[in-house]
Amino acid sequence: MDLLLVILIDGLIYGAWLFIVSVGLTLVFGVLGILNLAHGSLYAIGAYAAASAVGLYFTLGGDVFPLGSYAAMILAALLVAVVVAPILERGLLRHFYHRDEVLGVLVTYGVFLILEDVIKLIWGVEPLFVFEPYDLLGTIEAGPLFYVAYDFLVIAAAVVTGILVWYFLNGTNRGKVVLAVIHDREMSQTMGVNVDRVFMLAFGAGVFLAALGGALTAPMISVSPGIGVNVIIVAFAVIIIGGLGSIEGAALGAVMVGIARAASVHLVPELELFIIYFVMAIVLVFRPEGLFVKTQTRKI
Amino acid sequence: MEKSPVLVAAVTLTGLIVLGFALPDWAQFLMTIALAKGLVSLGIVAGMRCGVVSFGQGLYFCLGAYTAGLMSRWTGVTDVFLLTFLSVIVAGGVGVIFGPLLSRYRGIFFAMLSLSLSMILFGALAKTTSLGGTDGVNVAAPTFAGYAPEGGALATALYLFIVTVTVIIGTVMRIVFDSQSGLVSLAVRSNELRVEYLGSSANGIVAVSYVIAAILGGVGGVVTALAIGHVDPEYAFWTTSGEFVFVAILAGYLSIPAVFVASIVLEVVRSFSNLYFPNTWQLVLGVFLLVVILVRPDGIGSIKLWRRRESAGAAEPSA
Amino acid sequence: MNDIALETKNLVKNFGAVTAAKDVSIAVPAGAVWSLIGSNGAGKTTFVNMVTGYLHPDSGQILFQGRDITRLGPRTITRAGICRSFQIPQLCGELTTIENVLVAHAINRSATPSFFRRANETEEMGRALALLERFKIAEYRNRLMGELPAGVRKLLDIAMAMTGEPKVILLDEPTSGVATEEKFPIMDLVMEALSAEGVTTLFVEHDMEIVTRYSERVLAFYDGRIIANDAPNEVLSDPQVQRYVTGTPLTAS
Repeated sequence: MDLLLVILIDGLIYGAWLFIVSVGLTLVFGVLGILNLAHGSLYAIGAYAAASAVGLYFTLGGDVFPLGSYAAMILAALLVAVVVAPILERGLLRHFYHRDEVLGVLVTYGVFLILEDVIKLIWGVEPLFVFEPYDLLGTIEAGPLFYVAYDFLVIAAAVVTGILVWYFLNGTNRGKVVLAVIHDREMSQTMGVNVDRVFMLAFGAGVFLAALGGALTAPMISVSPGIGVNVIIVAFAVIIIGGLGSIEGAALGAVMVGIARAASVHLVPELELFIIYFVMAIVLVFRPEGLFVKTQTRKI
Repeated sequence: MEKSPVLVAAVTLTGLIVLGFALPDWAQFLMTIALAKGLVSLGIVAGMRCGVVSFGQGLYFCLGAYTAGLMSRWTGVTDVFLLTFLSVIVAGGVGVIFGPLLSRYRGIFFAMLSLSLSMILFGALAKTTSLGGTDGVNVAAPTFAGYAPEGGALATALYLFIVTVTVIIGTVMRIVFDSQSGLVSLAVRSNELRVEYLGSSANGIVAVSYVIAAILGGVGGVVTALAIGHVDPEYAFWTTSGEFVFVAILAGYLSIPAVFVASIVLEVVRSFSNLYFPNTWQLVLGVFLLVVILVRPDGIGSIKLWRRRESAGAAEPSA
Repeated sequence: MNDIALETKNLVKNFGAVTAAKDVSIAVPAGAVWSLIGSNGAGKTTFVNMVTGYLHPDSGQILFQGRDITRLGPRTITRAGICRSFQIPQLCGELTTIENVLVAHAINRSATPSFFRRANETEEMGRALALLERFKIAEYRNRLMGELPAGVRKLLDIAMAMTGEPKVILLDEPTSGVATEEKFPIMDLVMEALSAEGVTTLFVEHDMEIVTRYSERVLAFYDGRIIANDAPNEVLSDPQVQRYVTGTPLTAS
């Protein structure tokens, strides 16, 4: 019974992390039609920025109020979005909106290559460590088990992110416009939607979410070159399972993969790396385009 | 005038062999690697001609490389011809299994699912300590039907081997691209609904191109492993696959020599950047890729397309 | 020769709440030339799509020369001998006109075309050119699809369907999008080619002049059903057809 609980909690923690790193990817794809291979690099930039911000915060006397370091992390992610998103979106991606989707993959692959080195140029190749935010909240006892409370903060962050994204899309006028664009880009354009603005907004949100994922992760790892390279792979698996462009799908996919991985880690550790793809393969057998996307027949 | 592909092959081969003896050691080695990897990219080009881009050719590149490494380690087989043959069997065999599954997909799904497959192999190899884990395995020096050269002679022998293999495969692929099947591939790329309504299977054609690409990937992997003398799971990592795609995009899908030229360009950029800007060579590559996509979206081989359009215009009756 | 080439029995197809076919039953004798009329959304293209395997009916049966083909896909049905053309011509845009025909011939020769036989060998080029000449579009042989006039695209689309040596052909609006003065020349060319080979022909058409001139029998579709199935003059004077399909003819003022 305990094992089940452990798997559930571990799975939710991992799933929460997965959701935060994937939701931006699926949002950007849904709106812009571009599968952003540089999403992992944006995650890495978020992690580095957060590490620097937290370091700066404590150097400037943040010890008086250590919880403020969380604000520093979020602000760092926001800064990344404000600086990087317009450069990429206005400077490059907008030339590729009505082109082949594979071209979008290639272009963002180029961006990935560039950003990987830009990170090294800015932050160097030595790893950064910022453990303060991770230890701040102490530990939580769950039955016979101890968890670092920060892990639950990640769950909370995922839930809050999910709710905010959902509320924005379904509860605000601007969000409904975004949904309309996801649903049918051309139609929205003829209806007078300023698609350009929606694209900028969505890409900015996507970059922020990627950077936020990195920022939240920074205190849990050693921030070093290459941390973003794997993120795109797991995030892609998650959004394929949910259906490309579906926010709900990303949430469900993240929880499924999270729990499956936790189960594998505790039961058959050798399969840990396969389990993500296993879940993906099973889903694709029954739903060739993911859980929340209906396969449509072309009209001829 | 149509040039006979065999004649072109003979001239190219002679030229490359002569070149091999003229090149300094480092350039000869660079050529060996570039041609071997060019074969992998040529496989991607075969897919591009049916309208799909595989982002996971590292899978077959790695399978070929590990076949060489593990055979020499387990069985002592070091013969380059036998190892190449075995790699073709292994890579082709795996391609036959996944080809039909992947051929149901197009576009980003095809790209990313093929990428996922290569990442599965990467994960499996990295976790399997008996296969060397993330450190990989060393590959014994190859022999050539009993001839066991060392040092510079070995490098030259391997160069001659890859040059010959490249020219043979390049010629065969030219014939295939110009064949009826090759033309139908382009039709799949353009309009697969029509291909189905003419009575052929678009998925089947994509699957065949995938198997061809798998075999080319395996051959490229075996030669690269033998030249470097070491294999590790990075061969299957998605960024490795990305470089193969990079070369294919740079070359475009019209010209076969362009693929190898692009591969050589990449290797030259890589070695110079490694030497002079070790931390920014990916940046150089990324900018390069973006420039190619923005300026010449059909790749450097597309110069040929322009020529074809012109000649098509010239053949138009004046009436 | 009263063999039935194509028969459908009680075809039903729904798209959600929309009924695209309701109890569609016909029997087309070999060599017949029939037309399908009806307003947009009446179920004509759905019928063509079901017979050629692009869509499968929810229930009912489709027989080709007595053989059940209800569940087969386009590829198998094409190879069995039912070919079609499209309302919007389905051509290979990156290829030239003659290359489109070369593709069609190569596939007709074998579902897995040769890997070593040159696509543009003299014999194949000759065959392809002959087909283009038959449809009077040979002068466009080296043009890419984007550069072709609408009528040429239509003819090429039908010519490619003909390469399958069909027993039955379904033409989906062969003259739509074509200038009025080109309609009859196009239909003349197509019908001449089809009758020369005795192909059983069904064509979807909105132009009633073409319907009366070229078809022996007319099927009028309304709301997924066939509301009339008779000789052209009978069908066009049917009050139901006038009400739902052709509209009441304006009396001369």
